[in-house]
Amino acid sequence: MSEIRLQGIHKRFGGNPILADINLTIAPGEFCVFIGPSGCGKSTLLRLIAGLDDASGGELHIDGRCVNDVPPAQRDVAMVFQSYALYPHMTVYDNMAFGLRHLKLGKDEIERRVRSAAESLHLTALLDRKPGALSGGQRQRVAIGRAIVRQPKVFLFDEPLSNLDASLRVKTRVEIARLHRQLGSASMVYVTHDQVEAMTLADKIVLLKPLAGQEGVPSIAQVGHPLDLYHHPKNRFVASFIGSPGMNFFPAEVSQASSSGLQCLAGTATLQAAVNASGQQAGTAVTVGIRPEHVQVGEGSLLGRITHLEHLGEHSYAYLETGLSPAPLVVKLAGSRAAIGDSLRFALPAASLHVFDAADEALPRLAANLAAA
Amino acid sequence: MSSSTLTAPVPAAGALSSLQRSRQRMAWLLVLPSVLVLFAIAGLPLARTFFMSFTDAQLSDLSARQFVGLANYLGDTGVLNDPQWWGAVRNTLWFALLSVSLETLFGLGIALMLNHPSPLKALLRAAVLVPWAIPTVVSAKMWTWMLHDQFGVINAMLLSAGLIDAPLAWTADPDLAFTTIVLVDVWKTTPFMALLILAALQMVPGDCYEAARVDGVPAWSVFLNITLPLITPAVLVAMIFRTLDALRVFDLIYVMTSNSRSTKSMSVYVREQLIDFQLAGYGSAAATLLFLLIALITLCYMALARRRMEGH
Repeated sequence: MSEIRLQGIHKRFGGNPILADINLTIAPGEFCVFIGPSGCGKSTLLRLIAGLDDASGGELHIDGRCVNDVPPAQRDVAMVFQSYALYPHMTVYDNMAFGLRHLKLGKDEIERRVRSAAESLHLTALLDRKPGALSGGQRQRVAIGRAIVRQPKVFLFDEPLSNLDASLRVKTRVEIARLHRQLGSASMVYVTHDQVEAMTLADKIVLLKPLAGQEGVPSIAQVGHPLDLYHHPKNRFVASFIGSPGMNFFPAEVSQASSSGLQCLAGTATLQAAVNASGQQAGTAVTVGIRPEHVQVGEGSLLGRITHLEHLGEHSYAYLETGLSPAPLVVKLAGSRAAIGDSLRFALPAASLHVFDAADEALPRLAANLAAA
Repeated sequence: MSSSTLTAPVPAAGALSSLQRSRQRMAWLLVLPSVLVLFAIAGLPLARTFFMSFTDAQLSDLSARQFVGLANYLGDTGVLNDPQWWGAVRNTLWFALLSVSLETLFGLGIALMLNHPSPLKALLRAAVLVPWAIPTVVSAKMWTWMLHDQFGVINAMLLSAGLIDAPLAWTADPDLAFTTIVLVDVWKTTPFMALLILAALQMVPGDCYEAARVDGVPAWSVFLNITLPLITPAVLVAMIFRTLDALRVFDLIYVMTSNSRSTKSMSVYVREQLIDFQLAGYGSAAATLLFLLIALITLCYMALARRRMEGH
């Protein structure tokens, strides 16, 4: 059982702020995913927790102990590297056993741990092979095995799936989720740039914003349960990063605002949004957002013409030319019957709209509970 | 003193397709220039040396020669019955063994230090190269002066530091000359080793070290179990190069201690016979033996190295 607590952590590389004002608590046994666009410092943050890099400021606590000055080996963490970092001249067995040999463990204990890890990762038949003779997925499992045998309090994963092909990635993702359930008490911190991995694995997502330090705001854009970030993005950055394809945004002008709703004019259309808009003045500019999957197609009073189609089999994405804004509106269509040039009727339900103020901060959604359910 | 073997492509059991045939023709065409050059600059002289070693030719008049069979090798006055030759063989082998081992050790040490990130790294790397960049004759002369028994700076320093009572005749004293030659050679060739080993060290993936750090592997174990096995192949190759060089050592010894029997190497012996004594036939026999010995040692070394590399 170990809690990881970061207090006011920041990190600079040669004067450039990479991470700014990180305050975060990762509960024991939690699966926490760091996600963000490249350059946001997510890997750096993981390396800070591992002890491979030092923070420029702030405090890092693992299990209630300040570990800023504790070498990586004594932090009771195990790390799985993006490149796997296997020792190329050692067999799979030795790769897993090597670290243990310096822990004053008995030979039998080492053997037992390696065998049982190999068993659960289906590596038993490969124990005598060297990494060069393994496929990417097998190497990945060896790297995970090397972390498991140490029985650490915290597992750190640095983009572990990014070197695997798509189908193997899905398989290994499921394996990692299973592993987390099995190891119950160990916390996992996982870095990825793939939001599907983040959404499917995480108990908690930490979304980091690049260059936040230079803008003088904290690096963490939002922390929360995956569905929380999906339904209640705090600002436009979070809203645009989470979800695929991304949320549609279009500018609008407030015509009526109250704590129970907002009416605005976007292009030629008047929209109602179920947000708490108290404090918004009529006439101010806002940004309205809606996810492609929340646009109701086939009903309502708005009209759009399909300019581009992406067929994905079970559903399609259509790019609509509308009177809302010059940018196309992406909507999700069931099936694949539509054709380019078709006109579609659609509605933007008030409960599905997100509204962002001039500073790109989200207005609280009233239909929040409904949507989250 | 180099040899090359070319294996003709094995023809397939069935008829070759025209594409395969044209590829083979192209392959032969591409290697032809180097084969011709090798034949002209290595094959011919080597064959001529072989041939001369069976004659009693004199350098003054190579055409007046008679075939004497193996007399230059096995005769009563043949190379193999000359204690001086065997002295030269012993000197050369010792020299190669000591020099290559010492420069590998020092080279490894320096490479490990240079491999640590440091703002001075580029400067240090360049500085280390200096001894290797100086022509051997120049550095041999430089050391001869520094080691001069009366006016040399080394003796002056050792005397003023109180380490020795009387000046040492570094290059003239038969007991010291050999050690001196080895040390100067080590000084000169350590940079070569250091740079090759440094290149090997930089090929070791950095994340292996990070993984070891997270796993709490102590530094000595990281060195023994990760660094060393991963750089061994490169170090072995570097050692083969240096051993070949050391077995042919000539210039350093010729400049520093040309007449000393205690430092005479096989190459120095060959030159002495060929040039000083004008014995083209006898000298060729010695040169042939030198060639065969080096070829044999190289083959053994490579076989051993290959076995070790495969073992890893």
